[in-house]
Amino acid sequence: MAEFFATNLWPLLVVLGQSVLLLVILLIAIAYILLADRKIWAAVQIRRGPNVVGPWGLLQSFADLLKFVLKEPTVPDGANKGLFLLAPLVTCVLALAAWAVIPVNAGWVIADINVGVLYILAVSSLSVYGIIMAGWSSNSKYPFLAALRSAAQMVSYEVSIGFVVICVLLCVGSLNLTAIVEAQDGKWGMLGWYWLPLFPMFVVFYVSALAETNRPPFDLVEAESELVAGFMVEYSSTPYLLFMLGEYVAIVTMCAMGTILFLGGWLPPVPYAPFTWVPGIVWFSLKLLFMFFLFAMAKAIVPRYRYDQLMRLGWKVFLPLSLAMVVIVAAVLQFAGLAPK
Amino acid sequence: MSMPVLFFYLYAGVAIAAAVMVVVARNPVHSALFLILVFVNAAGMFVLMGAEFLAMILIVVYVGAVAVLFLFVIMMLDVDYSQLREGFLEYLPFGLLIGFIFLAELLLLAGGWMISPTVTKTVTAPIPAGVSNTEALGLVLYTRYIHYFQVSGMILLVAMVGAIVLTLRHKKKVKRQDISAQNARSKETAMAMRHVKPGQGLSDNDAAEWVR
Repeated sequence: MAEFFATNLWPLLVVLGQSVLLLVILLIAIAYILLADRKIWAAVQIRRGPNVVGPWGLLQSFADLLKFVLKEPTVPDGANKGLFLLAPLVTCVLALAAWAVIPVNAGWVIADINVGVLYILAVSSLSVYGIIMAGWSSNSKYPFLAALRSAAQMVSYEVSIGFVVICVLLCVGSLNLTAIVEAQDGKWGMLGWYWLPLFPMFVVFYVSALAETNRPPFDLVEAESELVAGFMVEYSSTPYLLFMLGEYVAIVTMCAMGTILFLGGWLPPVPYAPFTWVPGIVWFSLKLLFMFFLFAMAKAIVPRYRYDQLMRLGWKVFLPLSLAMVVIVAAVLQFAGLAPK
Repeated sequence: MSMPVLFFYLYAGVAIAAAVMVVVARNPVHSALFLILVFVNAAGMFVLMGAEFLAMILIVVYVGAVAVLFLFVIMMLDVDYSQLREGFLEYLPFGLLIGFIFLAELLLLAGGWMISPTVTKTVTAPIPAGVSNTEALGLVLYTRYIHYFQVSGMILLVAMVGAIVLTLRHKKKVKRQDISAQNARSKETAMAMRHVKPGQGLSDNDAAEWVR
């Protein structure tokens, strides 16, 4: 029994402890990222944003949390009860599960698996089920239409994200996220990160990530002027909170993925003295926040796309472009002798 | 008993229970969702065997794309559940036949293990010594069997082109968007100033070219 404990149970407990720590930090960070989103949005529109709860509105997200939790959850009469309540859980849990493989510093990762990039792609492709299940089980027209739209949208943009990831993998020669960051390390600092050599792919990734996470200008899923509130129409209180939380976790995951693939993860922008003293987690967080700032600005300044424009952009512009880039990157690596061994 | 064994029984148990539910569930949407649960558990077992690349691709391709389309079709159908049950006895013999064939194959497999226990040793492991699973698959697919791989790719391409040729109809009357033409419009081509005399109005010939 003691041996079983030492070889099996103890590592399990360690992993459990690490996961809880990561989740707590992540969720608190998300509370403030949500506030930052609203503040940036307000600043662009020359408003003040939330500023009542706590100093400068710092406790606004926690007040919202309490408001959602204390309200009464309602389940529509004709709804498929089991699936209706399962859908928000699926969305939230899958969004959080992606963080198991994300390295926030050298060696600071819960599961350093060989196929980390594929794991994130797999989990984000699963998250479409939360939306489909919610739309169907609500047994109502608007949620169902919104779920169909959103599933088509997410499946389309996953394709171009997949090709972008392949471009980066060709340069790295590994699917491990830690290896991807280490491959960008060099004497050129931030000029050696993949955002510069693969700049078109960085743009494609950024736009596809907006579409994949249903952020404006691609928030056709919850286009309030046409579909009331999309697939979440019938949801209230805690189930709705879980959807919103899952959405923001997915956005932060996409920001983290952009940081790792294109912005050199935890590496300092200049690989010399004062910058290398700063811990890697600080650089990682700063880059993640920079990515999120881009997301927030897109929400503030770009008008919503029409659905046919969205589909055209995904299939007729991004797909051929990213396919061509895969061929070009592979050819350059092969004939310039830069291909990783 | 170690952790991998416990996880194997967890995945296998859930997979079998979900597979039973696919057949038993009354609602086709529930059946499809249980099928997805089976896929996910199969992916878990792939991971336990060390075939991690296969596991992730199974989830990305089958669960993330194929099953979504599947679910789409089922959800869009206006199914009458009582009518769905009527054909049950009619199809039962076919179901039993297919089930029996699968059972016989499984028994043959198990019999092979019983007769010659060394046969499993000759099967290639998902992780050959020294390389990761992804690299091993790449070596087999893109180096050793590259020509077969190319041929199968060509066959799929031909199938895709064939499907498009068979279904594509160019309807003349349907109005289509020409994005480049829309973007190329300028103030000069899109607007025209006209002096309209009272009581006369404009005829169709006075309209701008793009309206006609």
